[in-house]
Amino acid sequence: MANKETVGGTIKVALVLCIVCSVFVSTAAVMLRPAQQANKELDKKTNILAAAGLLKPGVSIDQQFASIRTRAVDLDTGKFTDVVDVAVYDQRKASKDTAFSKVLSADDDLAKISRRVKYAVVYIVEGEGGIEKVILPIKGYGLWSTLYGFLALDADLNTVAGIGFYEHAETPGLGGEVDNPLWKAEWIGKKVYDDEGKAALSVIKGKVDTSRPAAIYQIDGLSGASLTSRGVHNLIQFWLGEQGFAPFLKNLKDREA
Amino acid sequence: MTDKTKDILLKPIFENNPIALQILGICSALAVTSQMSVAFVMCIALTTVTAFSNFFVSVIRNHIPGSIRIIVQMTIIASLVIVVDQILKAVAYDISKQLSVFVGLIITNCIVMGRAEAYAMKNPPVASFLDGIGNGLGYSVILMSVAVIRELFGSGKMFGIEILPVASTGGWYIPNGLLLLPPSAFFLIGAFIWILRSVKAEQIEVAEFKMAPNTQAGEVA
Repeated sequence: MANKETVGGTIKVALVLCIVCSVFVSTAAVMLRPAQQANKELDKKTNILAAAGLLKPGVSIDQQFASIRTRAVDLDTGKFTDVVDVAVYDQRKASKDTAFSKVLSADDDLAKISRRVKYAVVYIVEGEGGIEKVILPIKGYGLWSTLYGFLALDADLNTVAGIGFYEHAETPGLGGEVDNPLWKAEWIGKKVYDDEGKAALSVIKGKVDTSRPAAIYQIDGLSGASLTSRGVHNLIQFWLGEQGFAPFLKNLKDREA
Repeated sequence: MTDKTKDILLKPIFENNPIALQILGICSALAVTSQMSVAFVMCIALTTVTAFSNFFVSVIRNHIPGSIRIIVQMTIIASLVIVVDQILKAVAYDISKQLSVFVGLIITNCIVMGRAEAYAMKNPPVASFLDGIGNGLGYSVILMSVAVIRELFGSGKMFGIEILPVASTGGWYIPNGLLLLPPSAFFLIGAFIWILRSVKAEQIEVAEFKMAPNTQAGEVA
């Protein structure tokens, strides 16, 4: 042991250790990768179903997902597109890629996302009578963080079927209440566009006065979380607007998508 | 179990607690204790890493040159942490998502390095392994007691199961929102240290310096 402090000895110990550790780490990574990828896929599907309010406990996710068709939509034309392969297309990554996204002008950028993807992945729930529900990805800035979620619309493409955020970092107990099931339940059945076709769905400050006709478009603000509520309002307005899914929803309704 | 192994294993829980006495590993104690299930997985992960890193460091302690010993310890710890992180992603994906960077940050958790340097470098492998488990348990005791309070009074739940029905979903309990934010763990850990040191007075440290009184009027400083 006397020679362990020599330069040669030091290099030898360092080399052997590095080799042993790297073999150990890479073996673990390679062996566990299939399980991790399956988990990731399952997690995404669960998020989509949960956000859309379609998640049924006890039924396997893959089975529930069987009736859902995944399609890419060109947001500018509002038509389905096969330019990107939905099996490998990563919308989160694309939103940072200059080739797959465009810069929004300050006026358009309600949701404060600065870049918007050219192609969005939507999920279409199909039943025997055609489209039953459409699930749209939404995101936007709240108070502290970007909220990522899904908005599901019924077959008439004008009624909310469910909403949910699967990732955000808003204040727990205040803005974090976007996850509150009671608040999310309030969205169901609300109308999206008014008679003139403008996006009318909005999160207001305070409680909705149900006696007024506009109540059908309005959601209670979250108490103690004005900025998160405003963020949700803005992102809903953005994704239902002309820069968002409005052209697509119109085409889909006219059966021209 | 001989007295010595018992000592190595149990002393770190109350008498030489890594968080309460050695004040190591505070950061993760603040970050991952708002839910018991997450805290629990973190405890298992940290205990495993501490035990095995102690073991491996101890096995090769007679071959580690003094000049690179910290790097050698780091390499062993980092490899173990990466493997633990990979395993969590494969078997407990939801929880690994909530733990996010904190599993990776076990690498820099002072408990792991502290025990490798202070104990494993000088002691045989089995004793070091037990010391790792013991310190992991000491960490876990604090983490879990903080998590019980934070989750029960912060969101009315234990391990995600509703105990106190909260007002926002139609119950009667109005949760204390502060408990869901990281600073609350500071108060709780502080209270825990206070209680521990009131019971075991020998843990109170000797003051390292004494505050001088303010100079009085007319007195020359």
